[in-house]
Amino acid sequence: MFKDMMPSFELLMPSDLGNAVQLAKQQGEGGWILAGGNDSLDWFKDRNKRPVAIIDLAGIDSLKGIRETPDYLEIGALTTLTEIENNPVINEKYKLLADAAAKVASPQIRNTGTLGGNICQDTRCWYYRSGVDCYRAGGDTCYADTPEGMNREHCLFGADRCVAVSPSDTAPALVALDATMVVVNSEGEKTYKAEEFFVGPDVEITRMTVLKNGDILTAVRLPAAWAGATFYFEKVADRNSWDFPLVNVAAAMKLNGDIVEDIRIASSGIQCIPRRLTVVEEVVRGNPRNEDTAKLAGKSASRGATPLNFNHFKIPLLENLVTRAIRDA
Amino acid sequence: MSGKKPTKDIVLNSGSDAAGTDIATEILAGINRFGASRRDFIKGIIATGASVSAGFMLYGCSQESPQGQQAANAPATPAPGGVERLVSINVNGEVRRVDVLPNETLAMTLRYKLGLTGTKLGCDRGECGACTVLIDDVAVYSCTTLTHTVRKRNVLTIEGLVGPDGALHPVQQAFVDELGPQCGFCTPGQVMSTVALLKVNPKPTREEARRALSGNLCRCGAYDNYLNSVMRASAGGQA
Ligand SMILES: Cc1cc2nc3c(=O)[nH]c(=O)nc-3n(C[C@H](O)[C@H](O)[C@H](O)COP(=O)(O)OP(=O)(O)OC[C@H]3O[C@@H](n4cnc5c(N)ncnc54)[C@H](O)[C@@H]3O)c2cc1C
Ligand code: SF4
Ligand code: FES
Ligand code: FES
Repeated sequence: MFKDMMPSFELLMPSDLGNAVQLAKQQGEGGWILAGGNDSLDWFKDRNKRPVAIIDLAGIDSLKGIRETPDYLEIGALTTLTEIENNPVINEKYKLLADAAAKVASPQIRNTGTLGGNICQDTRCWYYRSGVDCYRAGGDTCYADTPEGMNREHCLFGADRCVAVSPSDTAPALVALDATMVVVNSEGEKTYKAEEFFVGPDVEITRMTVLKNGDILTAVRLPAAWAGATFYFEKVADRNSWDFPLVNVAAAMKLNGDIVEDIRIASSGIQCIPRRLTVVEEVVRGNPRNEDTAKLAGKSASRGATPLNFNHFKIPLLENLVTRAIRDA
Repeated sequence: MSGKKPTKDIVLNSGSDAAGTDIATEILAGINRFGASRRDFIKGIIATGASVSAGFMLYGCSQESPQGQQAANAPATPAPGGVERLVSINVNGEVRRVDVLPNETLAMTLRYKLGLTGTKLGCDRGECGACTVLIDDVAVYSCTTLTHTVRKRNVLTIEGLVGPDGALHPVQQAFVDELGPQCGFCTPGQVMSTVALLKVNPKPTREEARRALSGNLCRCGAYDNYLNSVMRASAGGQA
């Protein structure tokens, strides 16, 4: 491991969004958007991504903070995970996201890590992170999906050449909350539902999200429709600090008495995107919330899973987390 | 080094590692190592995308070559919208003028430009907490912070805790009294995280303290001693 300087790059520090969009367009392929830097700097230090120019968003105040409107709560992409964890409105209405943010990495990383950076971060597959020329890096091999590949952390679902997983703790919470992502580029603004925002290798193998060069995520909107629902977040990792989720679960339920009228539930760590567990939703929706429903929901969560050599343990882990989410929320 | 696919620059870098300071010193001394002029040599490195900045950095040299030429890997004038290299940063209540590369982390600036070596570098990857400093009273990893991004903010390092008369900060004193550290390498980071915690929560529970220090790894496993230290500091020095 290097413990010296990163290779040189130009550092651009725009103070307004228009300027940042223009710089991102100008820099094209050589540009790199920087928020808190917790994911980015590792790439540069390891010399496995070599951008020409860094566009640091930290000086753009319009990308920070939390605003309430009648239809949604808008969270600026540069809002830190610590702010999200502590924000009173999020805690009152969308506690699922506060709970997920509180489980990310370590206090210091949450103090600088942003919501935007957390959902745009790249996968942690260590073959890829160590700079090999695998599919995701534009090559023609997957090192993890081989008989001797170390794939304990890799996927159960949606493999397509690449078997890497979404590492984000906040992403499944945003899928469960039916969030909308706001993206700008030189052509204007576009919004994406959380489920469209994250893309798997079948759609685009070298990216984790819809964002292309020149795109900037400006905000995430949480719809009023899910405010104050019944929530559950749980993460299982090797250590309680720093480690990425092996599997996590984020659930939002609307209850009428003990009947689950509506539910959205998603997990990271099992697919390249935060996976929405639609089968679980179908099993649970309209049924009473009890031990039987919870058990059935748990079993249904792993339907269609295709484990790799070393990650079979994720099947019971996912099943148990889903059971607990339905039962204990 | 983790890259499996050796690229030219990695080869060059490990060359400089293996040879100790040789290449860096020779570049700095303008020694003609490869039968080309020093200038051509640097240009060649730039062309292959290599990073020689480490050499310039670690040996504490300015970015000007002995002949007064600008180091080739760092343009003198920033691109439009780019950063000025000579910056003022407020460290421990003092404004320090310092020449900072765009790709320089705060840990590097503190340790190798400002001589503040109390801030440690353990992993340089945001995974250990040895480099913890406060920025505007908030604990951050200085190894994962670009120095240019803290220009208008207040940086507090372990050196800034000591009182003007040399008296230890109450948190430091509590760490001493509780025999908190073992080898001591992680201690500056543990102290800084504690100072940050007590600023917002002067009377934490042991559980709150545990969580606040959960971004500081201790290879000696002195966690319980550190928690005792935090509790003593929050109790005004009483055990
Ligand atoms: C040791 C360690 C442990 C970690 N553990 C966890 C964990 O347990 N759970 C977890 O979820 N994460 C974890 N992470 C990841 C970390 O939390 C995220 O990397 C962090 O939230 C990223 O935020 P950032 O602002 O620092 O991102 P940056 O590094 O600044 O950005 C990350 C990526 O997103 C892009 N990006 C950022 N903002 C925007 C934007 N507004 N528009 C377009 N693109 C953008 C950047 O170009 C970059 O590619 C860990 C990281 C480290 C180093
Ligand atoms: S899992 Fe994906 S990222 Fe990892 S080696 Fe295979 S192709 Fe590359
Ligand atoms: S040196 Fe910064 S976290 Fe380890
Ligand atoms: S005291 Fe040795 S690493 Fe913590």
